[in-house]
Amino acid sequence: MEEIYHTDIECIDKSSSRYPKRLRNYKGMPKRLYVRGNLPRDDCPTVAVVGARRCSTYGSRQAYYYAKELSRAGIQVISGLALGVDGRAHSGALEGGTATYAVLGCGVDICYPRQHYDLYRQVWQSGGLISEQPPGTRPLGCYFPARNRIISALADVILVVEAREKSGALITVDFALEQGKTVYALPGPVDSSLSVGCHRLLEQGAGVAWSVQTLLGEWGLEGSTEETSAKKRHLRLASDLNLVYSCLDLQPKSPHEIIEMTHFSAKKVINSLTELELEGFVGRIGQKFYQKK
Amino acid sequence: MFSSVLSASIQGMNICPIQVEADVSDGLPSFAMVGYVTSQVKEAQERVRTALKNTGIAIPPKRITVNLAPADIRKEGAGYDLPITAAILSAAGKIPRNLLRGVLMIGEVSLSGKCSPVSGILPIVMKARELGCHTCILPVQNALEGMLVPDIQVIGVESVRDMCEILQGKRKPVDGIQKNPAQPYSEEKYEDFQDVQGQEGARRAAEIAASGFHNLLLIGAPGTGKSMIAKRMPGILPELDKHESLEVSKIYSIAGLLPAEHPFITTRPFRSPHHTASAQALAGGGKNPKPGEVTLAHRGVLFLDEMPEFSKKSLEILRQPMEDRYIRLSRVQGNYCFPADFLLLAAMNPCPCGYYPDMNRCTCSQGEITGYLRKISQPLLDRIDLCAEADPMSYEELSANRKAESSSEIRRRVEKAVQIQKERYKNTDFRFNGDLPAKALEQYCILSSQGRELLRKAYDQLGISARAYHRILKVARTIADMENSEIIQKEHLQEAIGYRVLDKKYWR
Repeated sequence: MEEIYHTDIECIDKSSSRYPKRLRNYKGMPKRLYVRGNLPRDDCPTVAVVGARRCSTYGSRQAYYYAKELSRAGIQVISGLALGVDGRAHSGALEGGTATYAVLGCGVDICYPRQHYDLYRQVWQSGGLISEQPPGTRPLGCYFPARNRIISALADVILVVEAREKSGALITVDFALEQGKTVYALPGPVDSSLSVGCHRLLEQGAGVAWSVQTLLGEWGLEGSTEETSAKKRHLRLASDLNLVYSCLDLQPKSPHEIIEMTHFSAKKVINSLTELELEGFVGRIGQKFYQKK
Repeated sequence: MFSSVLSASIQGMNICPIQVEADVSDGLPSFAMVGYVTSQVKEAQERVRTALKNTGIAIPPKRITVNLAPADIRKEGAGYDLPITAAILSAAGKIPRNLLRGVLMIGEVSLSGKCSPVSGILPIVMKARELGCHTCILPVQNALEGMLVPDIQVIGVESVRDMCEILQGKRKPVDGIQKNPAQPYSEEKYEDFQDVQGQEGARRAAEIAASGFHNLLLIGAPGTGKSMIAKRMPGILPELDKHESLEVSKIYSIAGLLPAEHPFITTRPFRSPHHTASAQALAGGGKNPKPGEVTLAHRGVLFLDEMPEFSKKSLEILRQPMEDRYIRLSRVQGNYCFPADFLLLAAMNPCPCGYYPDMNRCTCSQGEITGYLRKISQPLLDRIDLCAEADPMSYEELSANRKAESSSEIRRRVEKAVQIQKERYKNTDFRFNGDLPAKALEQYCILSSQGRELLRKAYDQLGISARAYHRILKVARTIADMENSEIIQKEHLQEAIGYRVLDKKYWR
């Protein structure tokens, strides 16, 4: 039976030939899926990128970068459209070019969170939005852990980018392990509470996602190497700028901290930071600055 | 017999002359008061009657009618007691009528016949001079304030008897009051910047803000010294000139906040309303509105600590006065216009817990941060020119025990920059770079070619809005003035861009 609620929302029954093959292998998969856009292709390699909603600048950047590179290599990226890592992974995947899919915990006609409305539209255009909940279902907390089993089941490989000790991303990992999927975790700084979840996974034997290549190796693919070489490009900066730049890292710092480190005047530091910002070397959140390249 | 005395009523910031008329005629003994008087004024009849009795002056048992003209202005307060007394005495033939001509009177009278002070003396005496009065008779406690106005005789009276005797020429007015009550400027009035350790960035931003009268937003975790910097802000602002002092004193006089011993305000106001302040408290409230915090901060600093904790309604009040530099209040009685040219200094945390964007320490959810920032509307943010971060001090800074630069040193530089602006804007409406409207920027902000290039790059790459662009220009103008450069150079712009207020979407 196919229920049509809206003209653009499809209901795919388990008996339909379009029902994803990956889901058929497991127990407890939904009887029907509601789809806006398309379903992930069965013949295409797929990765799920999951992680913390309140992620750091580091996590946000890596989620974007990994998703972009994987997508560029032709891999479908699946995530949950949540704030933080999920959203960044979708954005990266959109940039990479291969279709990306979001599995939602609410009806596919509802955009949750609201801030991601743009992303919601773009993911819909690029790939599709999937949910086991009928259209119109409100985003209730209890639906979200359950949708994680679909995310993991749809993917071949799970990549965890930043997770606290008790993170929703780890629920996805539990499902993935039950389903026999490969799990990769991205190492992070050891002093960050956001790394604990990932490092624990690594300790338990998860793959170390230290480069995009390692992940691509799962499918026997090779990525483009230009990007990495470009990344190591030497930044040619004036010595003062270089000094200011070297004080920055991924954790946003205030001008005050840089003044303390360099012993430059406030004026000089602000001028240098502005110059670096205009050159695109540093980004800022409020009045705090962090390394961008 | 009929008699009248001049008095005055405060309507917002304006003073309306009021004729207090009294008539004593034959008939059944009565005391009637007319002329749109509130109960405060109506009570005057009891005070006046008893005060006269206790002074030893008998009013004849006749029909007394008092009228306060014009009758369409609502009269409030106890300031009419003294003129009513004088008018009755004159109508009863105790004081010759011609002695009251050209005299303005105001003051409250107690049952014993003593006079008590009232507020709003300074503008009232100024109005009296404007109306061509030769003498003002006030309660003695207000005399000091009244004497600030030159070219008019101000007589302080202690009691109703005093008034009668002075008017009849039986006695000379007390002349023991020093003529120049304005306190000399002393630096100890304000707290000093040398107590602020470190905070280079915030100090510099405060100096720029003071030099160009720019609104400043300080962001920082709790306990990083945001309020400390704010409190020291008036101390680095240029001294009030005579005209400004008079303006401020007038406002404080009307608000009843003028200290009796030195009624001439020479220090820049610093107002720091608590975040529970209502919209009326900020804007000015009441049927006949009294000056609110925005007006009390005129020519000085309005400090809003914990800005997002203010109610949205209160905050949005600020938008119009920040743009127009006055606030217009509408009431049934009419429109009241109050000056409100203040430097807004706002302080806030980056998130409810204070540690964002340090994700290791911040315990707020994205929703909480968004909700917190949402309290400050973009239009309000658009009117703030500078933004700086206040940081927790390191142990080295805390323990160094070295004195930082003092307020007087900073103020010397600020005064220089202000002088340049004064010269430049000599024949215009604005006085500081912070006042410049967008259309005047082209005329006054001349960029070097390198500077123009930088600005173009910034505009394209940083996603700044047109409004932000104007603010950057204004701030760069001030930084250039601080370095005595007529043309705005690249480094001036760079610094201005560094201190710009980000659009809210870049805050998270």
